[in-house]
Amino acid sequence: MSNRLSDRMLSLRDWVDARFPLMHLWEDHLTKYYAPKNLNFWYYFGSLAMLVLVIQVVTGIFLTMNYKPTAETAFASVEYIMRDVNWGWLIRYLHSTGASFFFIVVYLHMFRALLYGSYRGPRELLWVIGMGLFVVLMAEAFMGYLLPWGQMSFWGAQVIISLFGAIPYIGEDLALWIRGDYVVADATLNRFFAFHVIAAPLVLIGLVVLHIVALHSVGSNNPDGIEIKKNKGPNGVPVDGIPFHPYYTVKDMVGVAGFLFVFAAVVFYAPEMGGYALEKDNFTPADPLKTPEHIAPVWYFTPFYAILRAVPDKFIGVLAMGAAIAVLFLLPWLDRSPVKSIRQRGMVFKTALTIFVVSFISLAYLGTVAATPIATLFSRIFSALYFAFFLLMPIYSRWDKTKPVPERVTSK
Amino acid sequence: MRYLIFVIALLGLPQAGFAAGGSNVHLDKVDIDLKDRESLRNGAKLFVDYCLNCHAAALMRYSRIGQDLGMSEEELTVELLTAGGKIGDTMDVVMEPKEAAEWFGTAPPDLSVLARVRGADWLYTYLRAFYRDESRPWGVNNAVFKDVAMPHALWELQGLQEAKVEKHVDADGHERETITGFTLVEPGSLSPEAYDTAMRDLVNFMVYLSEPSKLQRLELGKWVLAFLFVFSILAYMLKKEFWKDIH
Repeated sequence: MSNRLSDRMLSLRDWVDARFPLMHLWEDHLTKYYAPKNLNFWYYFGSLAMLVLVIQVVTGIFLTMNYKPTAETAFASVEYIMRDVNWGWLIRYLHSTGASFFFIVVYLHMFRALLYGSYRGPRELLWVIGMGLFVVLMAEAFMGYLLPWGQMSFWGAQVIISLFGAIPYIGEDLALWIRGDYVVADATLNRFFAFHVIAAPLVLIGLVVLHIVALHSVGSNNPDGIEIKKNKGPNGVPVDGIPFHPYYTVKDMVGVAGFLFVFAAVVFYAPEMGGYALEKDNFTPADPLKTPEHIAPVWYFTPFYAILRAVPDKFIGVLAMGAAIAVLFLLPWLDRSPVKSIRQRGMVFKTALTIFVVSFISLAYLGTVAATPIATLFSRIFSALYFAFFLLMPIYSRWDKTKPVPERVTSK
Repeated sequence: MRYLIFVIALLGLPQAGFAAGGSNVHLDKVDIDLKDRESLRNGAKLFVDYCLNCHAAALMRYSRIGQDLGMSEEELTVELLTAGGKIGDTMDVVMEPKEAAEWFGTAPPDLSVLARVRGADWLYTYLRAFYRDESRPWGVNNAVFKDVAMPHALWELQGLQEAKVEKHVDADGHERETITGFTLVEPGSLSPEAYDTAMRDLVNFMVYLSEPSKLQRLELGKWVLAFLFVFSILAYMLKKEFWKDIH
């Protein structure tokens, strides 16, 4: 019986394979895609980012079935989902928590690249595509945050869109064009909804495909910063490589399990994340006549918001904020070190990276608090350090005393 | 008799309703227990009798309350639907928002998710902080929410209290008035202790009202985490098994 069944399955496979490169894709990207065998904890966050994307798309589809994108109905329809739709509260919390976790995962994924020099040649384009993903993700999150139509949704969007108004000559018209009205209003909500549920996700998925195509062409970097493809055995397989499937599929499953545990703990026990993921004021419906005393963007934007506020001039502040993101694109060409991985770098880079991480986290905090003189002073110091990390990199990365790169990957 | 002890700078409080209740107000802690059905039912009754005349909770249905608090259709009809209506209705208010805005100066806000904005402690303190102030349209002011447009809807339960005011000069040389406590000048139908308990029940209900699925989520969370814990162990063992021969 079973023999006959498996024979028929095989012949079905062959039938498909004669018409579609099924086995070819399977082997190229899984069973004969060789990844370095020494990938560690930091390498979980790529597959986790894809997992969160899937969570967001699936929960998003179900939210769309009951969400009503008009200024009159948006707020109430979210609460309708929370109360009257079966499992609606769970779907909504998965989506709202998923947004924050998307950024946690992506920030850690990017930090991994900084640690091991994964943006260095031949992976410059891989990094640039990834940065494109990051920018689209920020747009996606920003537009999604308007949809619940609470006070913070409204005023956050109002503040951010008005930044475009600071651009000389065309600014005011540009802001008007983005909003579709003189203030954030029904027209804004409608177009943000369209961008959030279809335009941005399409671009996001397209870029993810490009990101993976580029990755599978150059291969993964690893904690030792060695190119495993340079050392192949007689069978043409890298001696330090192992097939992605089954080795990394089972390993990523461990990452998925650990991630889901933390994720579920937040979804079920702290979905507001202490007011950082779901801000208190956002449970008040949007009111264009009442400006909240303190407007703060959601936590994942606060590092860049702090940089914006650190500059006294509004337009230069906007430029600085843009530059803080743009400079990341240039990373592959700013780093002039002969080695990639932190394992072979010297004290100079390690110190610089530590200062950068401290600055980034401090800016994230400073972006959430009111702009007191002391907070502004610290924002300026940390903004300067943030830029110094990148702009001085061509100098200090060259100076740094480095260790020799090993021949073979080392075990953890 | 227990009095509230606040130290708030009255003059320092912002005028706008949105900003009121800043961090300089001392809030009394209230013990919230969403499993205490008796408290929730009593709170629901108080809510319908005293809040729902002017405020709506239009995002909530009576039937959902019945489901969650274990009330039959009869009980719902007798206890909560005192003004008529169907059990599948949302908790609307008869008053026209426009009329309400004329009477109070501002339309009373919908209370469905208010507890998630203000927090339980704020509500509990606010409901016990009305005091006599003849300069206000309704003859009362509130120590937590200065110059609030709302009258003391619960005065027949609490009675009327007067604020104990202390004058002092602050660091900038301005004279400030601080409310240090209250004196009950006209007793209500409830003793102060009973009033505190009633307000605890009311706030408990409002916390439930702001997120009716909360009990469900806490209950389900345990099982999800237990499953994921077991799954993590299995996934780890599977990985160990596959990776045995990788050196």
